[in-house]
Amino acid sequence: MDSLYFLIPIAIIFIAGALKLFFWAVNNGQYDDLETEGRRILFDDDEVPDGRRSEKDGQGD
Amino acid sequence: MCCPGCEAVAGAIVAGGLDNFYRYRDSSSERPDETSHQPDRWSAYDLPEVQQQYVRDWNAERKLASLLIGGISCAACVWLIEKHLGQLTGVEKVSVNASTQRAQICFDPAEIQPSRLFAELERIGYRPAPATASNSEGMIQREHRAALRRLGVAGLGTMQVMMFAIALYFGGSSGIDGEFERYLRWVSLIVATPVVFYAARPFFSAALRSLRARHLSMDVPVSLAIGLAYTASFYATVFDTGEVYFESISMFTFFLLLGRTVEMRARHRAGLASGGLAQLLPLTATRIDGADISNVPVAALAVGDRILLRPGDTVPADGEVIEGESGVDESLLSGEAALQQKVVGSTVYAGSVNGDSTLKVRITAAGQSTRLSAIERLVERAQLEKPQQVALADRVAGTFVGLVLLAALAAFAVWWQIDSARAFWVALSVLVVTCPCALSLATPAALASATLRLQQMGLLVASGNLLETLPRINRIVFDKTGTLTRGEPRILQIELLRDGWNTQRVKDVAAALESQTNHPLARAFRAWRGNLLARELKVHTGRGLEGVIDGVCYRFGRADFAIETEARIPLGEGQWLLLADSDGPVAWIALGDELRPSAGAAVAQLEGSALQVELLSGDQSAEVARLAGAAGIAQFRAGTSPEDKLAHLQQLQGGGQKVLMVGDGLNDVPVLSGADASVAMMSAADLAQSRADAILLNGDLTVLPRAIALAYKARQIVRQNLAWALGYNALALPLAVCGLVPPWAAAIGMSISSLIVVLNAMRLSRGEAGTTAAGEPMPAAGAPAEQNSWS
Repeated sequence: MDSLYFLIPIAIIFIAGALKLFFWAVNNGQYDDLETEGRRILFDDDEVPDGRRSEKDGQGD
Repeated sequence: MCCPGCEAVAGAIVAGGLDNFYRYRDSSSERPDETSHQPDRWSAYDLPEVQQQYVRDWNAERKLASLLIGGISCAACVWLIEKHLGQLTGVEKVSVNASTQRAQICFDPAEIQPSRLFAELERIGYRPAPATASNSEGMIQREHRAALRRLGVAGLGTMQVMMFAIALYFGGSSGIDGEFERYLRWVSLIVATPVVFYAARPFFSAALRSLRARHLSMDVPVSLAIGLAYTASFYATVFDTGEVYFESISMFTFFLLLGRTVEMRARHRAGLASGGLAQLLPLTATRIDGADISNVPVAALAVGDRILLRPGDTVPADGEVIEGESGVDESLLSGEAALQQKVVGSTVYAGSVNGDSTLKVRITAAGQSTRLSAIERLVERAQLEKPQQVALADRVAGTFVGLVLLAALAAFAVWWQIDSARAFWVALSVLVVTCPCALSLATPAALASATLRLQQMGLLVASGNLLETLPRINRIVFDKTGTLTRGEPRILQIELLRDGWNTQRVKDVAAALESQTNHPLARAFRAWRGNLLARELKVHTGRGLEGVIDGVCYRFGRADFAIETEARIPLGEGQWLLLADSDGPVAWIALGDELRPSAGAAVAQLEGSALQVELLSGDQSAEVARLAGAAGIAQFRAGTSPEDKLAHLQQLQGGGQKVLMVGDGLNDVPVLSGADASVAMMSAADLAQSRADAILLNGDLTVLPRAIALAYKARQIVRQNLAWALGYNALALPLAVCGLVPPWAAAIGMSISSLIVVLNAMRLSRGEAGTTAAGEPMPAAGAPAEQNSWS
């Protein structure tokens, strides 16, 4: 049980670290837009335009 | 493609190699307005005076423009905008925020002008505007970030303290070394301290503010509860006596913050889309100086200046027409849907839109003295006079905290006589055992859960009072255009007068004739535009249109214009227009605003639950009576100005009625601000959205009766929760005063009490089916059960 005297302070240090990380993230604007960023990964970045128009017809309303 | 506007947008997107947009998007974009593609339209945004308002220096060579972009519907829009603008030479970096609808564009002024950015955004189907209200924006961002940080501290703190608390609970029941107990308490104290002093600080400062203003708000009992429980636990830890309640304090703070953050986000979202009334005015105007015509910033306009208004232009200041004749759309100001005919000598108002032909106007009032500003002042006044709601939780919690303080004081006084050494400890244990945790959770937990449920139903709640006000409502006032109706003219009926024609051809011909005008009725034909091509189009203001299709000259408009004689107008709903060629009449077309499909059902449900429904419209026409009949509304008023509407509302309120206003136009904003509760439509003017208590996201009016039913249920659950918490505390208080409650029993009892309250509140976020399902064992609620016919 004596290990608690070490383990709990270590846990608290971890928590402080996590909080600091969270503060850094918030202050950097990481949470400003919760809608877009989750999907950005789905967007292909450098696809070459190849003029595949046929499949788009009639979709753009 | 449904119209040339959409086709142009799709063309621009595909040509840019950005057709992935159609794979990424998960909701259709708005239909662009194809009427206003003038190449020099945006050039005014390049004027240095105008740029000052939305462009700032990024570094020596680069500048940063903040734009408000209308029409962003999902994350794919962000991708499209960033990619499309990023391809332009001179654009360094683009970042778009979908929640705030803001774009930050870093560009090189030597290579590209802001007007190009505006034009490109319009080309791919968005409505760009300079984001000029950047101060409030910065404030909102700071507030939002601070709330998130506090939520993080409270959340992490709560988890940790709960862990230690479980050890302490078990220690309490099955024995624990005194040494470990002290250690765990000290650790809990260390973790809970930042929660109280950092995360809960807004409650303390708000309580102080409200005390200074001599008003007892919810923050006062909340702060007292947190402050007293923390002090008592602190004392117990330091002097190794009594009980600690750090976990309750942290959890309480976390739940309260969670509720408030959710509410704040909804409020900000409504507020951010709006730059206030100023956004309704153009930034520039075309001024005539003798023979010169120049673009000047609107702020530079003065009384006496002469300006030129092209079709589609927004009137920048109040003025008098000195040349020309045109129909002007004043629906924003008066709610009147039909174009107002302006001739030399008539007055035009800032914020209205010039319809079909060019006008020259001499300015009679600019800036603060315009009619638009007058409406803004009316809004401010209405908000001041809005009936104040005293929250149920405020009253109960306030009384409760007072009683607990009195009981603690009494216990202290009595024990001082019996055993002065134990007096302080007993007084503290009274405070702690009756820790108003469950009591304070009762209302916020239920309200947060109901708010989330409403959001799923399509009603975005922006004001915390709405849920408490809704059950008290006994009259619902609807606006007509855009609220009960779709707000757009549609073809109601076509009556053919000549053999060899079918309805499709009639629509195509009419659409071709209407293709060049800004008249609101032209929108009814948008879907068929481009099927035929009309040449030599002429607009006869207020009467109709003329044009040549396939060598035949057609006229479309009022009967006395189309065939130049009076004609018998067919019976039937809507506004009847005649299509004719040189040989005589071809077809009658009835145009009218269509009722939303959900309107009838919503009105029936509302009236079924003994609510009075009324229609209040700024429109003059007999349409009001027709639509009221179609929707099943017996009481209606037509031709009411914003002032009339507000006066009528205050008269109703004076008669003791609680009014829910549902509206969308700028002319509704004063009433929305003054009503006991208000709902704006998603398509509403931005200002209307920002002043309403809630926003109806999907245009489904049947959400309203369901929302009221949910509010009834929320009130019922709040009362059950309060009854339970008060009952539990009433039982525990006398025992604690007598010093009879073993610490472990008090801790377990209080935790279970809190859990029951939270679980009861969670019932609200389940579907409506669960109304009668018996959940957790409930105490008989002191509240009368409000049953609703539809729930």
